[in-house]
Amino acid sequence: MFNLFQTYTFDLLSIVFYCLLIFIPLLLGVVLALYADRKIWAAVQKRKGPNVVGPFGLLQVPADGLKFIFKEIILPDGSDKTVFLVAPIITLALSIAAWAVVPVQAGVVLANINVGILYIFAISSLGVYGILMAGWSSNSKYPFFGALRSAAQMVSYEVSIGFVIVTVLMCVGSLNLTEIVMAQKNIWFFIPLFPMFIVFFISALAETNRPPFDLPEAESELVAGYQTEYSGMPFVLFMFGEYINILLMCAMTTILFLGGWLPPVDIFPLNELPGFVWFLLKVTLVFYMFAMVKAFVPRYRYDQLMRLGWKVFLPLSLLAVIMTSSVLFFFNLAPGM
Amino acid sequence: MTISLLTFYLFSAVILLSSLMVISAKNPVHSVLFLILSFLNAAGIFVILHAEFLAMILIIVYVGAVAVLFLFVVMMLDIKSSISKENILQYMPIGLLVGLVFIAELVIVLINTKLDLTSIQILSNPMSNFVGQSNTEAIGSVLYTNYILYFQLSGIILLVAMIGSIVLTLREREGVKRQIISEQLDRRGKIDLVDVKSGEGIDV
Repeated sequence: MFNLFQTYTFDLLSIVFYCLLIFIPLLLGVVLALYADRKIWAAVQKRKGPNVVGPFGLLQVPADGLKFIFKEIILPDGSDKTVFLVAPIITLALSIAAWAVVPVQAGVVLANINVGILYIFAISSLGVYGILMAGWSSNSKYPFFGALRSAAQMVSYEVSIGFVIVTVLMCVGSLNLTEIVMAQKNIWFFIPLFPMFIVFFISALAETNRPPFDLPEAESELVAGYQTEYSGMPFVLFMFGEYINILLMCAMTTILFLGGWLPPVDIFPLNELPGFVWFLLKVTLVFYMFAMVKAFVPRYRYDQLMRLGWKVFLPLSLLAVIMTSSVLFFFNLAPGM
Repeated sequence: MTISLLTFYLFSAVILLSSLMVISAKNPVHSVLFLILSFLNAAGIFVILHAEFLAMILIIVYVGAVAVLFLFVVMMLDIKSSISKENILQYMPIGLLVGLVFIAELVIVLINTKLDLTSIQILSNPMSNFVGQSNTEAIGSVLYTNYILYFQLSGIILLVAMIGSIVLTLREREGVKRQIISEQLDRRGKIDLVDVKSGEGIDV
C-alpha cells in the first residue's frame, strides 16, 4: 500500500496541479462572462450596467460572490436536506468535470481520451440531475415545476444535439476532440454544415436554459424555478455551474464548427499567435452571440419550445445525418474510404 | 496491488453498497438516486476494462435518459402515502428466488471456465482480434458487418414497440383546440391591401 502510494504520488500531484490549471482560469472566465453578460445586456437596453464597484465595474461580480458567501444558508423546513445540499454540488462538479477533455491548443488537454465527444455528451446529459434533485428536494411547488420543465427541455434538445454531433463525427471519422479540430484544417465545419451549426447553437441555448428558452426559471411564472428556495453558497454553486456549462457549450461550438484553436487562415501574422488565443477569441465570440440572444429575443412559450425541439430540429437533424452520409459516401469523401 | 485493481474494488464496493440502498431506502426517490449511482460506477468498471465506448453509452442511455424517466415517474408519486409500514419481508421469497437463479448462473459460468483464472481473462477481454483499433471502431465494424441483420431487426422491433405504445395511448377527443402554426402564419386570402381615399373611409 505504501509502495503504491510512493509510485503514484507524483502522478497524483501532477493531476491535482492540472485540475487547478483548469479550475482557476475557469473561475476567472465565469466572473468575466457574468460581467460581460450584464454589460452587453445593459448596452442593448441603453443602460450603463455595473459600473460602480472597481474600475469599469469589473469587481461587481466578485463583490456579489462575497456577499453570497457570507449570507445564511436557509434550509426549508419540509425539504429533504441531504438531497437539497447535494444538488448544487453535483451541478458544479459535473460542469467542471466536462472541461477535462476540452483541448485549448494542440496537445494542451488534461485527458486526451478517444471518446472525448461522447464523454462531454454524457456529462452534460447528467447535468439534469442537479436540477431535478434541487426541484424535488425543495418540497415546494415552483421549484418542482421548474425542475420538471427543465428536465423535459434538456432531454428533448439533447436528442437533436446528438444528431448534430453525429453529422460532424461522420466528416471527421473519430470521436477524439483533438482530431475533430485537426479535421477542420482545410475548412471549418460551420461552412459545409451551416444548418447544423444553427441547430446546434439554438439547442445549446435550450440545453443551458438560456433565454429565450429560460422557461425553468421564468420569473413571471415560476419565481426563480428550481433555484427559488436556494440562498447563500448553494445558490452561488448553481450560478457558477450554469455559467461554466454555458462556457462549455461555447467551447463545444468552437471545437465542432469553428475550428478550435486553428487560425482563420494559415498565413504569417495569424499563425504566429499561440493556439489558445484563437480558442479564447472564438469562445468569446460565441459567448457574445449567447449574450446578444439573451438581450433581444423574447421568451418562448413552453409548448412552442417543445414543438421546436421535436417537430423541427429532430427531423431536420435526422435529414442532415442522411444527407451528409450520402454525400460523403457517393463522392468518396468519407474519412477512411 | 495495482491502481486499476484498487479502483475496481472502489467502484464495486460503491455499486454493492448503493444497490443495497436501492432496496432498503424508505424513500423511492432516494432509491432511484442510488440506482443512478450504481449505474455510474458500473460505467467506471467498463472504463477499467478499456471499454470506454460502452461506458459512455451506458451513461448516455441509462443514466441520461432511462433513469431520468424513472425519476420523473417516482417524483410524481405521493411519497408520504407510498412509504408503507407494511412488512418488508413479504417479497422475500421472490427476491430469494431471483437471487438464487442469478447466483446459479454465475456458478455455471465459473464452472465452465474450470476456475482457471487465465481463461477468465479471455472471457472478459475477447477483443484480441482488434488490436490497434479504438473500441468504437471495433464495435462498429463487428456490429455493422457481421451482425447487420440482427441490428436492423432490433431496430424494427423497437419501431414496432414505439408505434404500439403510441397507438395504445392515442385518444381522439372532441372539442380540443389545437394550434396549427401554418394556418396561423398564412396571410393569403386573409388580408387585403386597399387604397383608401382621403376623407372617405371604407367598409370592412
